[in-house]
Amino acid sequence: MIPAPFAYHRPRSVDEALGLLRQYGEGARVVAGGHSLIPMMKLRLAQPEYLVDLQDLEELRGIRSEPDAVMIGAMTTQHELINSALLAANCPIIGETSLQIADPQVRYCGTLGGNVANGDPGNDMPAVMLALGAKYRLKRQRDEREIAARDFYHGAFSRALQPDEILVSVRIPMPVAGHGYAYEKQKRKVGDYATAAAAVVLTMSGGTCISAAIALTNVADTPLLAGDAADAVIGTALDEAAIDEAVRRARAAANPSADAHGPVEFRRHVAGVMVRRALMRAKERAL
Amino acid sequence: MAKMHIVLRVNNREVETLAEPRMLLIHLLREQLGITGPHIGCDTSHCGACSVDMNGKSVKSCTVFAVQAHGAEIITVEGLAGADGSLHPLQEAFREHHGLQCGFCTPGMIIRAYRLLQENPRPSETEIRQGIAGNLCRCTGYLTIVRAIRAAAERMANAKEAAE
Repeated sequence: MIPAPFAYHRPRSVDEALGLLRQYGEGARVVAGGHSLIPMMKLRLAQPEYLVDLQDLEELRGIRSEPDAVMIGAMTTQHELINSALLAANCPIIGETSLQIADPQVRYCGTLGGNVANGDPGNDMPAVMLALGAKYRLKRQRDEREIAARDFYHGAFSRALQPDEILVSVRIPMPVAGHGYAYEKQKRKVGDYATAAAAVVLTMSGGTCISAAIALTNVADTPLLAGDAADAVIGTALDEAAIDEAVRRARAAANPSADAHGPVEFRRHVAGVMVRRALMRAKERAL
Repeated sequence: MAKMHIVLRVNNREVETLAEPRMLLIHLLREQLGITGPHIGCDTSHCGACSVDMNGKSVKSCTVFAVQAHGAEIITVEGLAGADGSLHPLQEAFREHHGLQCGFCTPGMIIRAYRLLQENPRPSETEIRQGIAGNLCRCTGYLTIVRAIRAAAERMANAKEAAE
């Protein structure tokens, strides 16, 4: 499959990349790891006139900790996220989720920025970012802003990102030491998008759940923060009744469509199963 | 669209060529450079038959543009054997352990296994299976593929220890 023709640019700095986007407007697309965009171009579902390749922008790579946050450069690959000791120690749900994305080859290329900014409801990282309360830093020429992941997604491939903006980094508030977490994903085969998946981040204190966030992947046209479901477990001992109620509420929040992953009722059912498993595993892990 | 001038290293040889931006790396390798080890299987980044090693990473060359490989170091299955034609330990092990049936997936399997063993010289069976999860064998010959990779790992790690 051969994509439509385009002009290729490989800028050496973020400023140069932003200048190109400014110049070419809606005809331009940035490419990070390329494993969402290039298949779309091969199918001619995407036909950018100008492709701006970010691969040389070292300033967009890397993981570092600040006193109250973890900062991840947008071009950091899933392979790097999996192998990060810093993330394993402070925010292990990122590595756990990365391992469930695609396959090893794709993870060498695929980036955090691409996964969260692409806007495909099947991407796994957006739900995790909602659960963690992450913020995205967006840059354009002479302008920079930060937006909460929870405000970023408007619909399938529709998100709060202007054609002349680049997502440069993701800021994750430092999770509480000893928090429980899990990303549970049901997929038909290696490399597939989720039939449904659930991200859970919670903290326990003296046997009581004192905070919880639950988010769902691929059961609506955006990632979903299931606030009602989380409310059902906060203040409880995460006993069976509380988990049952959270599952019931998460299923009610899910709004999947029927597709190759299965009919609506099945996908909603799977969403509930994923929430149940993620809550139980997060509880086991919480200190 | 005008062709672009690109320079890259393929199997330790400098290659200078012209490529249209939309040309995929797999087409550059196979059609322009005559390197036909990497195969086109699914053409949708699932099967891994087109896997090559690029800058120390296993990538699917059906999902990389040739122009993106400008400046890159690429190894294909052709680059593994010695200059005298002696087989790489992975190639030996695939032969010994019958790690192929029809052979279509083999170049991708071997070049992926090559990078896996660089990163993890003594992988467990589970680590091997996870490591080659992006390579499909439609003959379903995974048992002997995994066995071959284990045997090669053993031989390579032992040879390295003996040399040190």
